[in-house]
Amino acid sequence: MNSPVIGAKYIFMDAQTFETTKEQKTEARMITGAEAVMECLLAEGVDLMFGYPGGAIMPVYDALYSYSDRLKHVLVRHEQGAIHAAQGYARVTGKVGVGLVTSGPAATNAVTGIADAMLDSTPVVVISGQVGSTLIGTDAFQEIDVVGITQPITKWNYQITRPEDIPWAFARAFYIARHGRPGPVVLDITKDAQFGKFMFQYQRMKSIRSYTPVHVAEQDKIEEAASLINLAKKPLALIGQGVVLGGAEKELLAFIEKTGIPAAWTILGLSALPTDHPLNVGMLGMHGNYGPNIKTNEADLILGIGMRFDDRVTADTKKYATKAKIIHMEIDPAEINKIMHADVPLLGDVKDTLPRLTEKVSSNDHSEWLQEFHACSRVEHERLIDKDLNPSKPELSMGEVVHRVSAAFNDDAIMVTDVGQHQMVGTRYFRFKQTRSVVTSGGLGTMGFGIPAAIGAKMGKPDRPVVLFVGDGGFQMTIQELGTIYQEKVPVKIVLLNNNFLGMVRQWQELFFDLRYASTEMINPDFQTIAKGYYLPSVKVTDRKNLDAAIKEMAESDGPFLMEVVVEKEGNVFPMVPAGASISDIRLE
Amino acid sequence: MKQEFTLTIYSENRVGLLSQITTVFTRRHINIESLTTSESAIKGIHKFTIVVFSTREDIEKLVRQIEKRIDVLKAYVFAQDEIVHQEVALYKVPTEALLNGNDVEYLVRKYSARILEMTPEYTVIEKTGHKAETQELFDKLDPYGVTQFTRSGRVAVNKLKQEPLTDFLRKLEEDTRK
Repeated sequence: MNSPVIGAKYIFMDAQTFETTKEQKTEARMITGAEAVMECLLAEGVDLMFGYPGGAIMPVYDALYSYSDRLKHVLVRHEQGAIHAAQGYARVTGKVGVGLVTSGPAATNAVTGIADAMLDSTPVVVISGQVGSTLIGTDAFQEIDVVGITQPITKWNYQITRPEDIPWAFARAFYIARHGRPGPVVLDITKDAQFGKFMFQYQRMKSIRSYTPVHVAEQDKIEEAASLINLAKKPLALIGQGVVLGGAEKELLAFIEKTGIPAAWTILGLSALPTDHPLNVGMLGMHGNYGPNIKTNEADLILGIGMRFDDRVTADTKKYATKAKIIHMEIDPAEINKIMHADVPLLGDVKDTLPRLTEKVSSNDHSEWLQEFHACSRVEHERLIDKDLNPSKPELSMGEVVHRVSAAFNDDAIMVTDVGQHQMVGTRYFRFKQTRSVVTSGGLGTMGFGIPAAIGAKMGKPDRPVVLFVGDGGFQMTIQELGTIYQEKVPVKIVLLNNNFLGMVRQWQELFFDLRYASTEMINPDFQTIAKGYYLPSVKVTDRKNLDAAIKEMAESDGPFLMEVVVEKEGNVFPMVPAGASISDIRLE
Repeated sequence: MKQEFTLTIYSENRVGLLSQITTVFTRRHINIESLTTSESAIKGIHKFTIVVFSTREDIEKLVRQIEKRIDVLKAYVFAQDEIVHQEVALYKVPTEALLNGNDVEYLVRKYSARILEMTPEYTVIEKTGHKAETQELFDKLDPYGVTQFTRSGRVAVNKLKQEPLTDFLRKLEEDTRK
């Protein structure tokens, strides 16, 4: 008999449950809200955060002063930088990045970073100060509706007006940020809640009634997918960030190696498998490789693995994967059938789904089909890549710089990029040996992301070299973070690819707007002088013959370093799928 | 093809939930025809009933975006023939209109409306029914000088044997106990 839902007799679990083991439950004691914030962060394993103080967050900063031996705080130069740094940290470590800002303009400055984390599924908790609860809604000094503003760009947000709500809200924030499809959470804490004293006790969250972070793929769907895979003659796997977020790199290798399926990665799927893996056929998308784009419309089966069929990957969806059935492995139910209809949706964490699928598929070999990708690659090399990497022109190309920098770090550095032409060239030519080696703004395409994200990445992985590629446009959007690099002595290697243009927009103006270069030419300052002002060792390369020596100097330097390379003024990034076209219309030149 | 759908959304009772839900509609340019919200039969869980015109495909995408909000428990879509629904309308007319003949009284009887309050100045009439019905009575009463007219959002129950939320909650509870 089914029990009726109607009526007060229905007993149901609490709206949330907490971890109750001894280690996860702290002793109760009387402290202020601000101290509670510190305790919550420690209990969640936080040891590093990025922020900027101000009026409404001062009690928290005052508490931080006493906790500075356990909680390192990095003072950025602008709140946008704090969030991007937290993102960089989260992307390379897999841990939750934390940003700390004050109310009003600080919170609005943080918005770009929060939105970026939302679109790229990055676990970030942003703590913002807020005016006292009695002033809320009165247009008080530096009061802004942070919860209202950030609601569409957060996975969850909440305004804390009483100190008693701090442990609960923090436990929930960290649970939500890191579980399921990760994302940003904003906690807005009023000043009186920071000052108020209460009996503090912390328990980490175990579950939330209204949120199922991970569904488990049904076995019959797995079997349905397996039979499609076994029958497919021309299958193509699309590797997204879900593989990295799920820590399913080994499971992915086992799956593609057993089935012999060629694998292409999205921009955020980069480094999920090694660049030189024989089944890796390159990058998807508007500026991706020729083969994976052109072959998508010849494939008879597309396997989306932890990716979301973004419009930069699919181009015109009506002319995308025209001959293929689609298996979509995805953790977020809202992504299923959002862009492309999934013939077999496999809802769940790829870490769970992939091995179950591997078990059910037969060993296979698609070497003839793989050869077709290699043939495409040869075409791309002959017509494009060889010229990019070994140009005959006197001007330096972005491609040759990226290629040589990658090699100088043994193809094993973490690459951070800003947004624009250099980003596409970086993602095309940088090579990877291990996972979590790329930090780039994929979804939001945020110029200015690069410098702060590189700071966060380097602080998250101090033992690995971190190379930032940035253009002259994006460099000047968050240039002030060079001050953070100086203060914290963060040894990031910055490669400034300077063409004195907003190159990507200029490229579009050249190709689609009749060479009408409206506001894309940049009359730039002397970046060497700026570097000097920030005590940043630097070198400027204008001639190919000096490139290798400069790269060597950068790679061998102990601290932060800026290598500015003056590159071809009007170089274009190809291949390119023109906006609105089909991926089959990809242009090689 | 665009048609009328009734969405029932169950959520935690938290500040700002309505705005979280309506943002999803706004972002996709889907107009809300009617909206009702109140506590459901389960303590602490609120129910939203929203009426929209849209295509089945679009509405299903919309529902998944709504369910993506952390504090939303579950959302269901019903076509017009899958629910029984009701609305209520109130009409305020000058009492004088009733005194000058029995036309208004006739309308109240014919439309199964009822009189809620009567003062020397005004009379409040109530009618429950679908939008077309309450609108029809308004059109009929208007010549007698309706001074105020208001219609509620829709309330609805589905025709399923059992509230689907029950199964959802039971499964959740089992999973949590595991």
